[in-house]
Amino acid sequence: MIRVVLPFHLRTLAQVGGEVQLEIEGPVTQRSVLDALEARYPALRGTMRDHVTLKRRPFVRFFACEQDLSLDSPDAPLPEAVATGAEPFLVVGAIAGG
Amino acid sequence: MSSVRVLVGTRKGAFILTSDGKRERWNISGPFFAGWEMYHLKGSPADPNRIYASQTSGWFGQIIQRSSDGGKTWEIPGGEKLPAPGGMPPPAANKFVYDTSPETGKPLTTHQFFDGTQHPWEFKRVWHLEPSLTDPDTVYAGVEDAAIFRTTDGAKTWHELAGLRGHGTGPKWQPGAGGLGLHTILLKPSDPGRIYIAISAAGAFRTDDGGKTWKPINQGLRSQYIPDPKAEIGHCIHHMALHPSRPNTLFMQKHWDVMRSDNAGDLWHEVSGNLPTDFGFAIDVHAHEPETIYVVPIKSDSEHFPLEGKLRVYRSRTGGNEWEALTKGLPQRDCYVNVLRDAMAVDQLDSCGVYFGTTGGQVYVSPDAGDNWAPIVHDLPAVLSVEVQTLA
Repeated sequence: MIRVVLPFHLRTLAQVGGEVQLEIEGPVTQRSVLDALEARYPALRGTMRDHVTLKRRPFVRFFACEQDLSLDSPDAPLPEAVATGAEPFLVVGAIAGG
Repeated sequence: MSSVRVLVGTRKGAFILTSDGKRERWNISGPFFAGWEMYHLKGSPADPNRIYASQTSGWFGQIIQRSSDGGKTWEIPGGEKLPAPGGMPPPAANKFVYDTSPETGKPLTTHQFFDGTQHPWEFKRVWHLEPSLTDPDTVYAGVEDAAIFRTTDGAKTWHELAGLRGHGTGPKWQPGAGGLGLHTILLKPSDPGRIYIAISAAGAFRTDDGGKTWKPINQGLRSQYIPDPKAEIGHCIHHMALHPSRPNTLFMQKHWDVMRSDNAGDLWHEVSGNLPTDFGFAIDVHAHEPETIYVVPIKSDSEHFPLEGKLRVYRSRTGGNEWEALTKGLPQRDCYVNVLRDAMAVDQLDSCGVYFGTTGGQVYVSPDAGDNWAPIVHDLPAVLSVEVQTLA
């Protein structure tokens, strides 16, 4: 079980109150987590990564285990603590005013 | 008794203002989509309870919202939570992908950037939604970087009318200060094949075949900020308007100059007349008087606020050239707000109501065609758009 924490506006779009929990078969990577997240909550498609290129949107960041994973390969394994559900995968809106 | 519903898009959410036909007492609902930039909301003329909204964010991109009950509840078309993993997800309502297919599309070329260099086309947001006059499931969307899209399934899927972007003049299109946006879409009631659009800063275009092919309609425009002031392409048009009974007569608020065409845009002439300044953004036409038009003069392209701190709407009853200031009920000192291009609208009641919103968060109404004004609300976030629905 994977735990995902979304920023306020994406929780509103997905109509979820707190953490999202996902079951993922196979390797736990950014790509597999986002694929599962978007499949479960279609309203989130296009909000974290581009529809076509699947590149991360510039003002969206991915953190976990006190690390910034934003620039990691989307196919790199996420930390073991994320894969086991001990730690959440955090989707964060970059701090840029507004 | 008739009533009105005013759809207000702001920098931090959407609001719906409703009143009976007197337009004196108002109910305010919202914010909807709090914290998001709501570029535009507009109802379907064919089904007033169907409303579409463009919700955008620099962080999370574009969302399209749809209401089927007059704005009480909203949904993202195709965004329903899936009951279980697996299965085919519905199409994405916020997927605006330029059509580059060999069969129907055009290659994704470049446009001019602010610095004069060429820049690849990139979708950023939807500036304007224009529902079909006859079909509640058909909507046109004007987007940045400039292009026009259409949905025929209630915003579940969008397809570009690529002939516009593929006109061949794309490398000469350049962004206005707010971006390279397609902000005006005008439909001709008697002829579904004809559509007028305008782009900052490329100019106006017209199609007569439902969007397959487009021609620039900028003859007569003069813009000192481009190398050739009379060039076919490059004019920063801020907004256009028409009266449904005279769809070949167009009115335009250009960056500078208020313009008029009586032949569907083939030739324009200036009607700024006695305006104190002919810079501005908004322009609209009286619901029942095709020669009565409204603008809100703004001091200059460098100073986006009213002259002398006085918020004045100007009305011409002669289709331009002769203008009168409308001030009763509007602040006449220390007012330094702006009125953006999509932030003025008229209702269809017998005594035509005129509405506009400001970057200071006020929405004003005149229930008597501009003679008297009153604020509906004072303190909304900066207003990006105002549309009005007249309900039976």
